[in-house]
Amino acid sequence: MIELAKVSRIFDVGDQQVAALRDIDLSIAKGDYVSIMGPSGSGKSTLLNMIGLLDRPSSGTYLLGGGNVTDLNDQQQAKVRSEMIGFVFQAFHLVPRLTASMNIELPLILAGIAVEERKSRVEELLKNYGLSDRADHRPDQLSGGQRQRVAIARATCMHPAVLLADEPTGNLDQATGKEVMNLLEELVAQQVALIVVTHDPAIGGRAHRQLHMVDGQIISESAKGVAA
Amino acid sequence: MPDLIKLTTSSFLSYRMRSFLTALGIAIGIMAVILLTSIGEGLRQFVLAEFSEFGTNIITIQPGKTQTQGSNIGILGSVRPLTLDDADVLRHLPYVENVNPGLMGNADIRANGKTRRSTVFGEGHAFSEAFTMKVQSGSFWPDEDNEQARALVVLGAKVQQELFSGQNPLGSYLRIGGQRYRVIGVMEPKGQILGMDMDDAVFIPAARAMELFNRPGLMEINVSYRASADEKVVIRMITDRLKEKHGSEDFTIISQEQALEVLSSVLDVITFAVGALGGISLLVGAVGILTIMTMAVTERTSEIGLLRALGAQQRQILTLFLGEAMLLSSLGGFAGLAMGVGIAQVLHLFAPSLPVHTPWLFALLAELSAISIGLVAGVTPAMRAARLDPVEALHAE
Repeated sequence: MIELAKVSRIFDVGDQQVAALRDIDLSIAKGDYVSIMGPSGSGKSTLLNMIGLLDRPSSGTYLLGGGNVTDLNDQQQAKVRSEMIGFVFQAFHLVPRLTASMNIELPLILAGIAVEERKSRVEELLKNYGLSDRADHRPDQLSGGQRQRVAIARATCMHPAVLLADEPTGNLDQATGKEVMNLLEELVAQQVALIVVTHDPAIGGRAHRQLHMVDGQIISESAKGVAA
Repeated sequence: MPDLIKLTTSSFLSYRMRSFLTALGIAIGIMAVILLTSIGEGLRQFVLAEFSEFGTNIITIQPGKTQTQGSNIGILGSVRPLTLDDADVLRHLPYVENVNPGLMGNADIRANGKTRRSTVFGEGHAFSEAFTMKVQSGSFWPDEDNEQARALVVLGAKVQQELFSGQNPLGSYLRIGGQRYRVIGVMEPKGQILGMDMDDAVFIPAARAMELFNRPGLMEINVSYRASADEKVVIRMITDRLKEKHGSEDFTIISQEQALEVLSSVLDVITFAVGALGGISLLVGAVGILTIMTMAVTERTSEIGLLRALGAQQRQILTLFLGEAMLLSSLGGFAGLAMGVGIAQVLHLFAPSLPVHTPWLFALLAELSAISIGLVAGVTPAMRAARLDPVEALHAE
């Protein structure tokens, strides 16, 4: 599904070059549940953006779903993002002026899906995530858990193959965080590759594969239940 | 496309006050242009109509040579006057239909024990033919020798009403400045022309009026010519004939066509100036849109990042922000159109004699320019939005 080979990402900071990612080799299969943990500045978010095609490797190759996506132009990247990748963010990133259902609908609109199809998908998602009675509420009228549920519904409405979650529980209390994680983990059963970036060991420890990053490198990988 | 409008309007509605103020800039610009062109166009039509009230194909000769436009001092009688003789001479020129000597003044008019101060026009016998002024009853005096001009008078409609209270005045006598005149006709009501009430007036032979006002000459001679004749040719013949008689060109010829041309060019200048003023307001409006859109891009940077993460292409972001700028400006444009036309109509209610007229082409052009202003002003911010780096945008606060 995802194949990273010797992927590096180098940023120019002033006249210095900082490597956020160094020669990353990573392979993630369909239905994999991967957590990426590490201190801040270890490059875990950069890796996530790389996988999500929001960024381009400075060197190395990236194969996604069998195709080489290393050197796609902006338009092609956008198309792949739209069709294959879903994002869930720590700060939810809902559009404050739009209702819950319109927020969920956004990716469908951007992809140019027909109105009837959109309506039915949004309705189904609202029902699945227990948001039917919140459809016409704006984000500021929703609780944190509801907001993140809207965000997950939005991330899944295009039926992506890969779901990328950047600290999905960072702004939630523990109980709600657990609920949200449960919802995300349900998607793994549907053969979605779930990649969660977190610095919370309790969250990261739930993943089947746990990657640990330091200084732009994956220093170790452990399986669930095995100490790192 | 409808989805795009939905997205655009959503941001529009959430910043109501700000959007309103921005659109207001455009609205005021469009309003100024529309309002003033409506009035300008109305004014033009109004003046043109007034001018042709007297009929067309009329050339006016005034005493004294003017080098520039404007009223000349010949009317005051300090130069060699135009005489009834001059008028008679012109009657025999080809193409000439009627020659009407004219002067005017005010005098007390008394009849039936009532006195009214009215305008007294000294005219020729062909007055009503030369100008399009109709006689309601009776007639003008016959064509007779100036030396023996009889004391005959034709009444304006209002004078007849006031002094004779609607009775038939034909054959009765009245006094103008103390002299006895016999009424031989009554004019049809004509109303005001260029501010002068043609009904509150009496018409007497020019020779009698000169005597009455103790003037050595006429104020003007009006020559009407056949419609088929070339005005320039007629003017040249009149000029030649009078120069021959006077020895020099000590008179001024004013043709209606010339006067209309001058008037028209003055109105053109006014319209242009007004258009330029409106243009400046529109420019200010454009700067407003540029400012507001730049702010919007900065404020919504993380939203732009989100849209990009959700699969939006640069082109879609560009369209979104351009659409927003154009929506703002076109709404402003429509509001301005409505206000401009509305105020023009209200003005028309209060001053009915000023016709207002909004040329549709102008309205359309105004709206189109409002939209293109939005487009032009929105391009830079929209391009900036589209080119934002998605990762940086996402994490912007």
